Amino acid sequence: MSEIAGDTSPLLPSVMPSPRAPGARLKVEQASFAYAATDRSAPKFTLGPTSFEAQQRELVAILGPNASGKSTLLGLLAGLARPLSGRIEVDGTEVSLLDLRTRAQRIALVQQESELLFPLRVWEYVLQGRYPYGRRLRFESSEDCLLAGNALAQVGADALRDRWMDQLSGGEKQRVILARALAQQPSLLLLDEPTQHLDIGGKVELLRRLRKLADDSRYTVLVVTHELNLAAEFCDRIVLLHKGKCLRVGTPAEVYERELLEEVFEAPLEVEMRASGRPRVIARGNY
Amino acid sequence: MRPLTPRRIAWVCAGLFGVLFVAGVISLRLGAYPISVRDIVTTLFQGVIGRWDDMPGGLKSIVWEIRLPRIMLGILVGASLSTAGAGFQALLRNPLADPYVLGVSSGAALGAIISLIAAPHAPGAIQLAAFAGAAATIAAVYFLGRRGGQLDSATLLLAGIVAASFLSAIIMFLMTTLSGRDLRGMAFWLMGDLGTISPANPVRWFEALFAVFVIAAGAIYATSSDLNLILTGEQEARHLGVNVNRVKLVVYVAASVLTGLAVSVSGAIGYVGLLVPHLMRMMFGTDYRLLVPTSALGGAILVVLADTLARTIVSPTELPVGAMTAIAGAPVFIYLMRRRVR
Repeated sequence: MSEIAGDTSPLLPSVMPSPRAPGARLKVEQASFAYAATDRSAPKFTLGPTSFEAQQRELVAILGPNASGKSTLLGLLAGLARPLSGRIEVDGTEVSLLDLRTRAQRIALVQQESELLFPLRVWEYVLQGRYPYGRRLRFESSEDCLLAGNALAQVGADALRDRWMDQLSGGEKQRVILARALAQQPSLLLLDEPTQHLDIGGKVELLRRLRKLADDSRYTVLVVTHELNLAAEFCDRIVLLHKGKCLRVGTPAEVYERELLEEVFEAPLEVEMRASGRPRVIARGNY
Repeated sequence: MRPLTPRRIAWVCAGLFGVLFVAGVISLRLGAYPISVRDIVTTLFQGVIGRWDDMPGGLKSIVWEIRLPRIMLGILVGASLSTAGAGFQALLRNPLADPYVLGVSSGAALGAIISLIAAPHAPGAIQLAAFAGAAATIAAVYFLGRRGGQLDSATLLLAGIVAASFLSAIIMFLMTTLSGRDLRGMAFWLMGDLGTISPANPVRWFEALFAVFVIAAGAIYATSSDLNLILTGEQEARHLGVNVNRVKLVVYVAASVLTGLAVSVSGAIGYVGLLVPHLMRMMFGTDYRLLVPTSALGGAILVVLADTLARTIVSPTELPVGAMTAIAGAPVFIYLMRRRVR
């Protein structure tokens, strides 16, 4: 890549050129959503009015049991669907009104990726993140290569650059997918259950990385996850959903109450407050 | 990291142009009456500078009136089918998609036959009807190929195979009951053949067909950056800012036009749209910005060579060119299918 970028240094700068100042401020105001809300049929599933905010440098976790509306909420935040009522704004602009490319320049969504049809190298995959910045039939510039290289460096996946996507381990693949999202230079980074197929080491490493992205690179990061303890450890704010309702928004200490969590997750739980001020959830046996 | 550059595309295409030229010369040379390369070059040169009277009558007729039009037709048909195949593979996210396998070619053939019965002398009607047949078939196969709202690879191929045999049966029915009319042979429509067409004004006719090809293939090429992303996942492409529905519509219409175009002049030649994009992927990678032009050129080369074989291998009899492409294509299809299932 250095030959294309005209950059003779083998070490790439590890910091992305900063996302557009002053960074994303996400504001969700009474946003709701209903599936299959045709005139005749009853809505299949709704997300009740949900409100919260997220600032620059914040890591926010969206928690809740299966089918509680987490992914629906994330889809609304990503602008994939219009809220039925209420507003979702990023830096004062309503997300659903942004055109496709502008939205992809501001918001990156990391989902469980689809199966690749044809083999692709890691660097080709990450370069796809530069798509929103090009015109119709575009060829990648040296700047695009530099940014893609930086994104890989930022997730510690420099060494994977020339590997094939289908030969990566789960954790490596997750990092590469994250790198593609970073190559979009978004200000808002959304992740849908990124920890799902990772072992505990991979999970901790990913959350650490997200924390670092928020702290050092000023991203606003929202992550949907089932990991209560990791969320408590790393996140600034928790949005707790249950059966399509937003039950509570606050710091982990404010949200993690035993009765509340037991009701939501329908399991006997203990909540322990640690010296760091962050709570820890322990599953209780019934004996 | 070596991203694709326009220069690399130009070099690769220039190389393939060279191969196509060699294939053309081989095809001009071989046949019931072999011609030396020297005679070919002289005859072509004299034709280009307009000195028709200087060349021997036999050479003029064989080179300019028989073999060259057939080669041009092979180039047009091969390029159209391969570009359509590459388009359908991206559109349906299925590496086994091909106009013939999906029944689209049979749909186009049926449309063409109906237009020949209903309006045998209307100019362009046969091409238009073939396009309509192709578009209707791919739409039907697309909807039949879905299971639970999702496009399912195996169901899609089954739908295509069923559509192909159903439409072929209708073609046979029409051909048998209407045998008195001049509808070209059954083998033409079902297998594909380059030797049956003889337009009244070949130059104008080729110009019109090539213009349609350039527009439709250009439309697919214009979406090639988008297709790269759609191939890694429609949902992801949407997140990255691709207007997926618009791209799919463009590719759907353009690939149907290309299939209709090819089938209306050569019948249903099989497996070209499957074979060529895969060969090109193996050689030059999966990037559609390179794959679309290389597939067009590769398809042209394949059909020109296949047709040369078809008309020389059992000389003086001729095989339909579709038989040659099927002999090469069917094993590749099975190989790809088994690899995918595993």
